[in-house]
Amino acid sequence: MSARSYIVDDREKKTFLLDREVLVSDEVLRREMAQIFGRCWIYVGHASELKKPGDFRSRKVAGRPVIFCRDQGGQFHCLFNTCRHRGAIVCTEREGNRRRFQCIYHGWTYGNDGRLVGVPGDDAYAESFDKSSYGLRRPARFEDYRGFWFMCLDQNAPALVDYLAGAKDYIDLVIDQSPSGRMEIIAGVQEYDVAANWKLMVENSVDDYHLPSTHSTWLNFMANSGVKIEPPKEEGLVLPTRGKAVELGNGHFTTDNVNFRGRPVAKWIPLYGEAAKAEIDDIRKELVARLGAERAQRVADTNRNLVVFPNLVINDGSSVTVRTFYPEGAGKMHVTAWALGPVEEGDSARARRLDAFLTFYGPGGFATPDDVEALELVQQGLANWAEDRWSEMSRGMGKEGEQLNSDEHHLRIFWRRWNELMGAQA
Amino acid sequence: MTVATRSVVTRAEVEDFLYHEAALLDEWKLKEWEALLTDDATYYVPPNDQLDSDHRNTLFLVADDRERIRQRIIRINDPNCHAEYPRSRTRRMISNVRILGVDGELVTVAANFVCYRYRRYERIREYVGAYRHILRRSGDSFRIKERRVLIDAHELGTLGSVSFIL
Repeated sequence: MSARSYIVDDREKKTFLLDREVLVSDEVLRREMAQIFGRCWIYVGHASELKKPGDFRSRKVAGRPVIFCRDQGGQFHCLFNTCRHRGAIVCTEREGNRRRFQCIYHGWTYGNDGRLVGVPGDDAYAESFDKSSYGLRRPARFEDYRGFWFMCLDQNAPALVDYLAGAKDYIDLVIDQSPSGRMEIIAGVQEYDVAANWKLMVENSVDDYHLPSTHSTWLNFMANSGVKIEPPKEEGLVLPTRGKAVELGNGHFTTDNVNFRGRPVAKWIPLYGEAAKAEIDDIRKELVARLGAERAQRVADTNRNLVVFPNLVINDGSSVTVRTFYPEGAGKMHVTAWALGPVEEGDSARARRLDAFLTFYGPGGFATPDDVEALELVQQGLANWAEDRWSEMSRGMGKEGEQLNSDEHHLRIFWRRWNELMGAQA
Repeated sequence: MTVATRSVVTRAEVEDFLYHEAALLDEWKLKEWEALLTDDATYYVPPNDQLDSDHRNTLFLVADDRERIRQRIIRINDPNCHAEYPRSRTRRMISNVRILGVDGELVTVAANFVCYRYRRYERIREYVGAYRHILRRSGDSFRIKERRVLIDAHELGTLGSVSFIL
């Protein structure tokens, strides 16, 4: 079905406009559920969250309560957390280790592989009642790329590795921080709502144009902590160092920036303290020995905010965050964020990573609350959408060649893909 | 035992101190609040799913050492701290104050709180939880050595952020 286009993408006039209706409309949201979240690969969780057979986490993914778990043989599963009998949630705990999930209502019991293993009083059912066909339902597809597990509700979707396209290279860059190639989700989850449309979080996660105005207090904090924040030397830059926006295929994109803000792996800044210097040197040496000088530099001296379309963000910046979000109405989203680190990380390096995370990210960080404020102000302003209909997103279109992180090229990539999936004739 | 030696700390003293602290925070007198801190003071808000955890190996919402608290106050007092400009109005109710232990000049204190927060165009946000303070005796009153805020909500959810000092 073709729908009208929500974007004006005029490459001759070098103008890109977005119809603000897509940020406020319940009807658009309803169609997104089918055409975006019903067809794309959606992040479920990370392998490191389930260390042993029987480990489980219950959570909502794309609005669906699921159990992300491992069976007795260690296989990973994503099960809909809904009893096949009358529909109740069967796993009420947030996390743990269980062989069985028992519904409290009538006692139907499922194995941690989803099979129905117990029905109280099952002699009351007819011969035709076949327990083996009453296992917990599961998404049509469930696949992982190097420990990042995704589900897809569309049986006919391409394989996850093909879907991820160029995003794989940027996930690899994150994983290369670990000597054994194993990263882990660190304990402690941040879950918060933002009173704004979910797509605004996609934009905000990669939009480096906003940094000086939205985050001046963070830049002050960095300067107060001895980190040199010099005004950009090159024409066109808004940040101290150069960064670009990169298209990765299938609606994925990333920023790719020369680091100025320090990195736990492995770029010392005064904020970390003198005592950390030696350890960060060692981390750097290990990187160089394992990856070679060039790749080590790539891993340690660049920071990258990656969007896996539609709603997974991996920020490999002051720390590594894994962040996903889902609409709870056109003007509201729920955000879940974790910290990611190498499994080998020592105690002091781990503490430094978490501290670095909190300098910028999260509901108590020195930057995220101001991002949230910006998005909520957008949503409030959009109450005028019918009278003031178009958002301006042409930044960078006027020039040839490389697009900067502070241009809006990568935002346009998102919106073009979104528009296409929504069935529009662009 | 005489009254004087039986207890060097009374609940009334601790309550007076906590009420004073709450008033300074609600009135945004952050410099005066900062003067209540010891030179090695810390401020923690653990994540909602791991209240009893260590900030060195668990991702907190807030894990400030003394210098970070100082920076946090600089930030919050800056009109460019957009999440708190215009400032939230907050109102704290503190109750169920208990002295959990006394160790030399250190006093471990528990209290329940409700912190109501209002911003323009927004509905009320209610932060409900418990304070765990470690106070250090200082003359007739106390200083705060550690301030830990345990939020009861299973997730921050509609509370959104902790952009003010909770």
